Amino acid sequence: MAQQLGYLSLALYVASFLCYVGNLYLPNLWVGRLATLLLASGILAQYFSLYQRSIVIHSVPYDDLYGSMSLFAWLLGITYLGLELFHGQRSVGPFVTLLLVAWVASLGFISAGAPTVRPPARGALFAFHVTLNTWAYAAFALSFVLSLVYLVQDQVLRSRRLGAAFWRFPALDVLDRMARSSVYVGLVALAFGASMGFVWEHRLRGTYSFGDPKVIVTFAIVVVYAAYLLLSRNATWRGARAAMLCAMNFVIVMFSYTFVNLYLTKFHRFF
Amino acid sequence: MASLTKTNAGQSGAIRIQVALIGCNHRTAPVELRERITFTPQQALQAADELRDRGILEEAVVLSTCNRSELYGVPGDANPTPAEAMEDYFRSFHRIGRADLAGRVYRWTGPDAVRHLFRVAAGVDSMMLGEAEILGQLRTAYSQALDHGATGPVLNRVFQGALEVGKRVRSETEVGTRPMSVALAGVKLAERVFGNLKGHSALILGAGSVAEQVIECLRNRGIGSLRIVNRSLDRAAELAKRVGGEAIAWESLETVLGLPDILVTSVGSTGPVLTRELLERAIAARSGRPVFVVDLAVPRNVAPEAAGLYNLYLYNIDDLGEIVEQNKKAREAEIPRAEAIISEHIAKFEAWRAALEAGSIVDDLRGKFHKQRELLIREKLAEMDNVLPDERARIAHITEELIERVLKQPSDKVRHGRGMRGRLAGLEALRHLFGLDEDKE
Repeated sequence: MAQQLGYLSLALYVASFLCYVGNLYLPNLWVGRLATLLLASGILAQYFSLYQRSIVIHSVPYDDLYGSMSLFAWLLGITYLGLELFHGQRSVGPFVTLLLVAWVASLGFISAGAPTVRPPARGALFAFHVTLNTWAYAAFALSFVLSLVYLVQDQVLRSRRLGAAFWRFPALDVLDRMARSSVYVGLVALAFGASMGFVWEHRLRGTYSFGDPKVIVTFAIVVVYAAYLLLSRNATWRGARAAMLCAMNFVIVMFSYTFVNLYLTKFHRFF
Repeated sequence: MASLTKTNAGQSGAIRIQVALIGCNHRTAPVELRERITFTPQQALQAADELRDRGILEEAVVLSTCNRSELYGVPGDANPTPAEAMEDYFRSFHRIGRADLAGRVYRWTGPDAVRHLFRVAAGVDSMMLGEAEILGQLRTAYSQALDHGATGPVLNRVFQGALEVGKRVRSETEVGTRPMSVALAGVKLAERVFGNLKGHSALILGAGSVAEQVIECLRNRGIGSLRIVNRSLDRAAELAKRVGGEAIAWESLETVLGLPDILVTSVGSTGPVLTRELLERAIAARSGRPVFVVDLAVPRNVAPEAAGLYNLYLYNIDDLGEIVEQNKKAREAEIPRAEAIISEHIAKFEAWRAALEAGSIVDDLRGKFHKQRELLIREKLAEMDNVLPDERARIAHITEELIERVLKQPSDKVRHGRGMRGRLAGLEALRHLFGLDEDKE
């Protein structure tokens, strides 16, 4: 059932992507609204898919790569939807939904496996810890996409070769604000998520694992994104350089999500 | 039980609805003639009154802009082909001889007239394809005529349709999105950097006609504050007073150069007025915030090397000219989509017109009453056990007669009422009050 819902959400994300692209090239209010509606429906379908896994393990589906990636995609969709509604901009939709489609489609290559129940990994505090940290990653992924669009738009403006879609993209200032909003969301989520992790671990074991590679890299992520927020207001950095920094920061996030999870950390798995 | 439905198709009055148009525009008349045939708002209302008072038209709207003067009307029963009379009136109003207008005036009737109006509203008949101003001018002309009582059901329907077409074409196609003038292209590009211009400031170097065009565009796009620097401070002050800006002395240029987000230059000079070093200092003074520079002067006012400065976006007149040319082609490519929207709305209008002309509204109403009557009788008779067949027939007959009596007065009024306008208004009211459109949907 969870897998069927996963396929349904992928189909809805693909349809949403096509509508966003259509709306970018031939703007139509209803096609734009349909794109948003399809995205929201995809998010809903994916929620039920995640829920199916959650009821087996009685916790957030973090335990394997499949569940973790699925949760990441779901939170990316939600964060983008919130930003789209807040800033009233649909023109970044094709890029975000393309990332969503690629992400969710890649789940097809990963064995879903049977969810396993791990006794300590449950409870509200733990669920918030996992969800908030994954949400932070999703928000950083979104700021990465927005920064890339910023860099392309900046390059187009400088080259003076304006394509058909140029007039449809948001202004540099709007992209900059959207990227910063996204990073703010990510940082706040990461700060709360990490704190809850510490509290949960202390309750469980009575210690704090400050030396764990995952914790160290997470701290590094907080530092580089905080630096981005500060530098994006600085005379020398504001604009394209800050966007470049934001895009580069995401490399550390991906490093944390993949290499650190798989090979370095002792007790963190896929978040 | 016999069928309780009875129709009397064709008993309601047949009405012939015609929309007529005569006019001149930039394609048919040179500016020397166009400026002689414009109508002020007061004259437009006066003309609408006179056309109706003389019995030439029952409804009238005059649309007059710098590129077109057009009379739209609905002829009355007495004068079903009013084009000749409308043109005579048009000539006499402006005291122009027949020879002066020969071959300059276009005449359209029926769907062609409606299509013309819809194309005007969409901006595809404009001198500058897709221009936005015409929709506002059309709205104003219609509102004034409506408030004055010069319109009726037909023109209300046609002009409301035209406004809807104009709105849809601008939101669903790119006919009106891309800038078509160098000044507007510069301002729209600045919006690609800053988004909404409300909280931003602009500095204009020069107080000539080019500067004025840019200022007008900036004002239309809601620029927050405006400063004008010119070698002649008096001229800058005069322009600043007119457009609501602040005049700055030429000597203070470097001091204020760090303030604006948008910098537009169009001053006569033999070499660059703004060097790379000067602009570098200006950007530093504004903490590295981006600045958008539009250089509209020839020879150029801004040193080309300045284009390499971080967070400075520089466009000269050739860059903007090329963009305008690309945009023109892109807008032309959108015409078929605009025409499709126009055709869709013409079909809607024609369906409405056909319904009124066929007098089917009273028939539709009768049909609705009969349907209700049939349902009611079935429902009530089902509750009564001992009603004989001939009593049932009598009940059916009485209720049929009741419906015919109730419908007689409205039917007569829309058939034989005074003036087509009144009859149409009656039909429209019936359609609206009894929800006949909803029933069809």
